[in-house]
Amino acid sequence: MDKTILEKYAPDPENLLFILHDIQDSKTDHYLSFNDLQQVAKYLNLPVSKVQGVATFYSMYSLEPRGKYIIRVCESAPCHVMGALDILKEFKEVLGLEEIGMTTKDKLFTLETSACLGVCGVAPACMINDVVYGNLTKEKIRQIINDLRKGGSNV
Amino acid sequence: MFRTHLLFVIDQNTIDAGAYAVKYEFEKEVKAAGLEQEIKISETGSVNLIGKGVIILVFPDSILYTNVSVNDVKEIVNEHLMKGRPVKRLVLSETFEIPNITVSVARETLKKQNRIVLERAGVINPDSIEEYIATMGYEALGKVLTTMKPTDVVEEVKKSGLRGRGGAGFPTGLKWSFTAPLSGEKYVVCNADEGEPGTFKDRLILEGDPHKLIEGMAICGYAVGANKGYVYIRGEYTLSIQRLAKAISDAKEYGFLGNNIFGTDFSFDIEIRKGAGAYVCGEETALIESMEGKRGHPRAKPPFPGQVGFRNKPTVVNNVETLSNVPNILLNGADWYRSFGTKNAPGTKVYTILGKVNHPGLIEVPMGITLRQIINEYAGGMAPGSKFKAAQIGGSAGALISEEMLDTPLDYDSLGQWAAVLGSGAILILDEKTEIPDFLRSVMKFFAHESCGKCSPCRIGTKILLNRSIELYKRRLTEDEWLDCIKIAKTMEKASFCALGQSLILPISSADKYFKEELKDYFA
Repeated sequence: MDKTILEKYAPDPENLLFILHDIQDSKTDHYLSFNDLQQVAKYLNLPVSKVQGVATFYSMYSLEPRGKYIIRVCESAPCHVMGALDILKEFKEVLGLEEIGMTTKDKLFTLETSACLGVCGVAPACMINDVVYGNLTKEKIRQIINDLRKGGSNV
Repeated sequence: MFRTHLLFVIDQNTIDAGAYAVKYEFEKEVKAAGLEQEIKISETGSVNLIGKGVIILVFPDSILYTNVSVNDVKEIVNEHLMKGRPVKRLVLSETFEIPNITVSVARETLKKQNRIVLERAGVINPDSIEEYIATMGYEALGKVLTTMKPTDVVEEVKKSGLRGRGGAGFPTGLKWSFTAPLSGEKYVVCNADEGEPGTFKDRLILEGDPHKLIEGMAICGYAVGANKGYVYIRGEYTLSIQRLAKAISDAKEYGFLGNNIFGTDFSFDIEIRKGAGAYVCGEETALIESMEGKRGHPRAKPPFPGQVGFRNKPTVVNNVETLSNVPNILLNGADWYRSFGTKNAPGTKVYTILGKVNHPGLIEVPMGITLRQIINEYAGGMAPGSKFKAAQIGGSAGALISEEMLDTPLDYDSLGQWAAVLGSGAILILDEKTEIPDFLRSVMKFFAHESCGKCSPCRIGTKILLNRSIELYKRRLTEDEWLDCIKIAKTMEKASFCALGQSLILPISSADKYFKEELKDYFA
């Protein structure tokens, strides 16, 4: 872990969420290792259990290594009525993943579901890392994944 | 001096349609044509046109281009910007007025909105503090700090009848009056943890007019005697965080935040706190816990945050939309504000209207208009081939309403008569193809996932209700088991720690009340 992340913040427990975000965002596999949690706990003078409690409470943090691209398919009611289940199925098929939460073998994609992303105007929608993709269709999903596989930038 | 301004509407719809790529192409072409001293390219917030691709406003020509692609850029630059001939095939409407752009742009469908909160969204560049100031921005703050006493401000907000727009509808002035007389360190917290499914009004306010929120918070700080404000934003709202952070730093530079604002002895500062994905953090005490770097578990109330809040100090927690009403109220007066909406619910409300309608999106209209009006006059009617079956109002924790209630005025009290709530203002329209059991299953899945686990009625109750709604959908649930679900939800209403567990009764009992015939078809 990059030590300078810790030093960006005062050693105040109020900064815990910020620090965890920054550490996770700085790693290509987008996760918090137990070692990360230990170092954060030491820096903030908190028990590791407290830090782990926070890291497991919020859905944006992961304690398992994830892919370069994290696909978060919205499954809230507005997306549900616009066909989110089909979208999820298509993602599973295109990526060859059986379960939600799994990562592809090439470590490129992790498939997750998410509560409302607040982009209901373009339902069904998903977020891939920080970018929103809306009005999803089967064709659009295949195209997005193909582009990212080819190394296209995520914008 | 630029002769022409190109405003790119940047919201999730247009970004999705490739707005940044088109903008990049424009910058390239304008430069290639040697027009960069004459043409100014900037970004603006949503104008509430959905499904129209990349949208560009051209001033002073008052031209609105829709569905612009990268391939059209050269033509627009050569024809319109060089020769003054708009590219007709891409023009949606040739005339529209400022500031109510949306009103006249899609004149046929989106009529007579009354924009207070969203008056500048889609009109100014949200990244430009100059444009905010040029449109009366920070006037209210100046007036308040130089001519009013803090108690007068609280009284004015009380008199305006403004009620919290986050869901509960608590009178804002009254909330402030609990905190104002207390001594010592106090805080203003803006709740921008917009997680209610189907709600994105706060995001569009933050993205379209971030300075308005800053001004509202500073006025609130002056009124209650706080010198420090925090905005707690969902971690997923990347663009909102960026725009607000820029707005805060600009406001500091211009002296609207910081020490001795407007030369008075009032000082106020704002910091952003970023959430990490937990619906329950929209509950004000859970939000405060999260701000303190803890798990987002709600606290016991009383004491309310107004007395014991962030860092155990008195804290006013208000929603983004609520605070964004404040500058207009103080600038124009409570009586002006009361000329909108109804007696018990003055002002306007921002609704997000979704599902099977022609124009899903965001509208700001006076309190008290009916759902039928919203669907027909503002959302362009039901989508082709769809017939109205039900609407869920107020997000996933809201009640389902049926056709017979289409003419009920939408305000806090009128909906209360039907045991429904206005909530966050999300309106999800379901057509006759939607199966109510399938819908319930989706709603219960959400709550089972988002229950924070602190209290057992909610932790266990949401799981049971999820399992039973799945069974119902699979036609394996008996009628007795369904009635049991209502009992469980009622118990949760009485025994749960916070509003999350308390509100599941609304979707369940309303489904039972208005869609019993359909449910009967599913009973084993």
